[in-house]
Amino acid sequence: MAAITDALLDTPKGGREVTARRAHLWLLALLVISCLFSLAYGAAGTSLWGALSKLATGQVLSDMERVVLWDIRAPRTLMGASVGASLAVAGAVMQGLFRNPLADPGLVGVGAGAGLGAISAIVLAAWLPVAFIDLFGNWLVSAAAFFGGWASTLLLYRVATRSGRTSVATMLLAGIALGALAGAVSGILVYMADDTQLRDLTFWGLGSLAGATWPKLFVAGPLILASIAAAGFLGRGLNAMALGEATAHHIGIPVQRLKNVAVMTVAASTGAAVAVAGGIGFVGIVVPHLLRLATGPDHRMLLPNAALLGASLLIGADVIARVVIAPAELPIGIVTAVLGAPVFLWILLRRRGLVDL
Amino acid sequence: MLQAKNITVSFGGKKALRGVDFTAQPGQITAIVGPNGSGKTTLLRALTGEVEHNGTVSLDSHDIAGMKGWELAARRAVLPQAAALAFPFTVIEVVRMGLFGGTSGGDATVPSAALARVGLSGYADRLYQELSGGEQQRVQLARVLAQVWHPVWQGAARWLLLDEPVASLDIAHQLLVMGIARDFAKVGGGVVAVMHDLNLTAMFADTVAVMAAGQMVAQGPMAQVMTDDTLSHAYGCGLRVSVAPPMTSTFVLPHTAQLTHDIGPLAPFSAVRTNTGC
Ligand SMILES: Nc1ncnc2c1ncn2[C@@H]1O[C@H](COP(=O)(O)OP(=O)(O)OP(=O)(O)O)[C@@H](O)[C@H]1O
Ligand SMILES: [Mg+2]
Repeated sequence: MAAITDALLDTPKGGREVTARRAHLWLLALLVISCLFSLAYGAAGTSLWGALSKLATGQVLSDMERVVLWDIRAPRTLMGASVGASLAVAGAVMQGLFRNPLADPGLVGVGAGAGLGAISAIVLAAWLPVAFIDLFGNWLVSAAAFFGGWASTLLLYRVATRSGRTSVATMLLAGIALGALAGAVSGILVYMADDTQLRDLTFWGLGSLAGATWPKLFVAGPLILASIAAAGFLGRGLNAMALGEATAHHIGIPVQRLKNVAVMTVAASTGAAVAVAGGIGFVGIVVPHLLRLATGPDHRMLLPNAALLGASLLIGADVIARVVIAPAELPIGIVTAVLGAPVFLWILLRRRGLVDL
Repeated sequence: MLQAKNITVSFGGKKALRGVDFTAQPGQITAIVGPNGSGKTTLLRALTGEVEHNGTVSLDSHDIAGMKGWELAARRAVLPQAAALAFPFTVIEVVRMGLFGGTSGGDATVPSAALARVGLSGYADRLYQELSGGEQQRVQLARVLAQVWHPVWQGAARWLLLDEPVASLDIAHQLLVMGIARDFAKVGGGVVAVMHDLNLTAMFADTVAVMAAGQMVAQGPMAQVMTDDTLSHAYGCGLRVSVAPPMTSTFVLPHTAQLTHDIGPLAPFSAVRTNTGC
């Protein structure tokens, strides 16, 4: 974070591009450090450094060390990185698409839509053949979450955008309505669920990385990587969108394709993140905002930087969630909300009025 | 040549344009004038392919409906009537956005040259959102210029489509911007500009198109179209077109005798109002 705060304090505007490029390196270093921390700390007293020195001197790891480090902490760390990166990128893309720094999949109902998808998959799976579930169970939840996220992003964009202009008030209010509706339907489904399903749902609903396993990672990882890679092609187009849809078209941006890819990206990354980690808020709003302050709004720099910072931030939040009340764990959504909500309020306060939003 | 044939545009059943024909030649400034709501912006948006319309728009006899976005972007740049910017980009970043579609792309000096052209040399690293309204408008113009920096490219004329390019500019910058448009046309580019200032139009336009109530009232060489009758009819108030003896330039004044009828009895401020009202 030191690089970020330094850059926040005095950034010569002319050198923003240089600062942004340099930030790639700082953020990569930060990510490596947070991964090491996440591997090193946890409820079990297993020491990463002890294991590393054993490996270095050619000794064999104990079963305990192997299970804790390889089967528990490693997938959890990688899952934290993927989920954090995808939430931050989804936020940045959505903000670029809606031309508004307050658009966040979690806030405007896309997360709730993806959640509804995931809950439907868990509950309605009871009606599907058992063999099918055994094979595709994990995929089913991710795919349903993706579909829910996609449908709600699309609906939101339709409702909030009139002749190329997106109204923020409409977007936020429609998002609340959408979120409430998805929540209500989810509630009905939960009511229909049997006991086993309820346990699955509760576990999932807490918003936690504790359930991270290699198989889950292999399901969510590709979807997340694909959507982050797709976001890499959106930079120029999203920059032009800042001038409005019509002007982006005049400049030669294929606006309709850009919007389709952006909506799919938001849906895929939010859906995958929600499917494996539940509802984790504010990462998508805080990370892009800090980066915009530090290195400017150019999406070609912002998107990769957001992926890196989002990954580090979520891993950091997960470490906090694990150690703060050890041996018990806080749901990570609580940690991100405690850190993120004040930043969100601060963004609101700094803006002059609703008209300006 | 930029040509529109029999253009009709409806917004939810209400017709904003009814069978409008329009032609603009490269090497000229073509001004579109007419009262508020007469359809000038809508015509310009039809020319860019931005609004759904019946009828055809063609650029050098290619139907623009069949052209790709980037092909169009390489041939014409558009200055909208109102431009908003979402994030805190700097001035030079905004101007560089113009390079995306255009073919000045390789030349990194174009954005600063474009800024210098609109009189904003020292502004490159300022935040766009912190500029005054007129300065913002000139930044947008610089962005548009950067997109079609060379008025003729691969043997074909490129176009500037400008919706009220001088609306929020002071008189010196109005002349600067119209001068830029004239220079662009002089070397073979085409300019279409929606104008409200009839005197500036008379001074710079080669061809004038007059619109009223969604229809084209007249189109032709400036001196033929800008007459008492045509303008008075289009704007619905008395206007007198004269040629000033010392400068031999055309100017338009409101017909003061009709003022009381249109805006009611004049209060002590009549002297000011006669200059601006009509
Ligand atoms: N998006 C829209 N939806 C509905 N009606 C519209 C829309 N855009 C324009 N109109 C209507 O079409 C008519 C022509 O509008 P247009 O913007 O072309 O006028 P204009 O000549 O550019 O006026 P001004 O001088 O005020 O800029 C107006 O009556 C306007 O109300
Ligand atoms: Mg207009």
